[in-house]
Amino acid sequence: MREIIDILQTDGHATPERIATMTGLDADSVRDQIATWEQEKIIRRYKAVVDLDRMREITGIEVITALIDVSVSPERGVGFDDVAARISQFPEVRSVYLVSGAQDLRCVVTGRSMHDVADFVAQKLATISRVTATATHFVLKTYKDDGELLIGATEDHRLRVAP
Amino acid sequence: MRPLNPAVVACPPSGIRRFFDIAASMEDVISLGVGEPDYATPWRIREAGIYALESGITTYTSNAGLLELREAICADLDRRHGLSYQPADECLITAGVSEGLDLALRALLAPGEEVLIPEPCYVAYGPCVSLAGGTPVTVATGGVDGFRLHADRIADAVTPRTKAILLSSPANPTGAVQAREDLAAVVELAVQHDLYLISDEIYERLSYLSPHVCVAALPGALERTILLSGFSKAYAMTGWRVGYLCAPAPISELACRIHQYTMLCASHMSQLAALEALRSGEADANEMIADYDRRRRIFVKGLCEIGLDCPEPGGAFYAFPSISSTGLTSQDFAERLLYDEHVAVVPGDVFGASGEGYVRCCYATALSELEEALVRIERFLGKLPAAPAAH
Repeated sequence: MREIIDILQTDGHATPERIATMTGLDADSVRDQIATWEQEKIIRRYKAVVDLDRMREITGIEVITALIDVSVSPERGVGFDDVAARISQFPEVRSVYLVSGAQDLRCVVTGRSMHDVADFVAQKLATISRVTATATHFVLKTYKDDGELLIGATEDHRLRVAP
Repeated sequence: MRPLNPAVVACPPSGIRRFFDIAASMEDVISLGVGEPDYATPWRIREAGIYALESGITTYTSNAGLLELREAICADLDRRHGLSYQPADECLITAGVSEGLDLALRALLAPGEEVLIPEPCYVAYGPCVSLAGGTPVTVATGGVDGFRLHADRIADAVTPRTKAILLSSPANPTGAVQAREDLAAVVELAVQHDLYLISDEIYERLSYLSPHVCVAALPGALERTILLSGFSKAYAMTGWRVGYLCAPAPISELACRIHQYTMLCASHMSQLAALEALRSGEADANEMIADYDRRRRIFVKGLCEIGLDCPEPGGAFYAFPSISSTGLTSQDFAERLLYDEHVAVVPGDVFGASGEGYVRCCYATALSELEEALVRIERFLGKLPAAPAAH
């Protein structure tokens, strides 16, 4: 069963039939298992891993990513959860983590430009009550994303025919 | 000029050379003709090699190789197969199984002695026996029963000059994995006729359907077996050229004597990388092996669906489908497929006469390429005139 997840995490397009062939499992049980995981929200959705730097180079379409550390004064009874939930509601916020260290929340935010992101921080994030400080780190270059190595040659160096 | 060494002159050039030249000159080739993983060596192993270079570890090692590596290899063989080779005098680090095979043959053979080789087999076996002064005697296996070893057929080929039997399971080019009882029967035959066994187990970790059976671990085999293996396939380390030979001390010491004069030692940094592979490469290896298995299932099913009968390969990363339904020889099939559809496969006859009627396809290639190759092969088959029905 673990193998089904391994395959889907590499290739979200893999059909139950293909996974069944790959694993030797029965196609119906693969389909049922995936459906169960989808119902249980273990599998949340299927998405593409996009090389944003390459997209900008080739198409000119720009997506800016920033890691934003947020300091929050916690409140009795809810801790950081209510503020984190508020921040999570914004669609430009891709991820929100409660982390150990100097700050409390680490957010991943995307926008069309640095200005967009800066504006979001100033207008929306920093103004939330109990947010005491923010530190914005713009991503300058992505080397590896979501397990996918985005740099380095992927050329096949092998001899085309070998014994 | 005086003639060159007749033993080498008589040695035929490898049959795949021609295909290599054609494929190399073409664009848009999907190559199923390769013989190695499509992965680069896992990073943690490469990093160990880089660290060795950075630290200036660029010297010779002892002839037999780093003791630490030999200890790790013997411990690994003990853990997986219950073998208790002594690192000090029963294990030798070689420049890949290729060198190990040469050492084994030269240590064993007196001029004219025969080595029995089940075929289809790796292209180097016969020539290496000849170059060592011996005589290769092949014993055919067939696709009908999945290239199964039959000890009685091997027994028929035994003569007073027979010295050894050369085994390989899982095998290149067939992907065949031999059953324990079939290997045990061959061991019994070797005991009966007092023959040595050379067992090339380089693909041992790539056994998909059953746990690997190590020939040396079979009853009666240890004292007469030379076990050859290495890191190339399981850890995607083909270019590092590092393998090992394990055998009882008298054989191992003789092999080391040849090795010390001809190779001196295996590459030092490669030995350190191999050590890292044994120490921390297990998870990486398992991940690659699981991935080969998935591609194996997809590709073999695909071959059958487009009408090429393919015995299920239980190991290595090769499928060896029959092309006899096309009425073409394997050379013609491979050449026309390459020219017409730009798919490179290796004609089966280069692996011995009993490989005729088959082609070797390596599925250690991206899934998308495998699927495109299947589309092209199907199109190629569709363009062929219907072959006369087989009797």
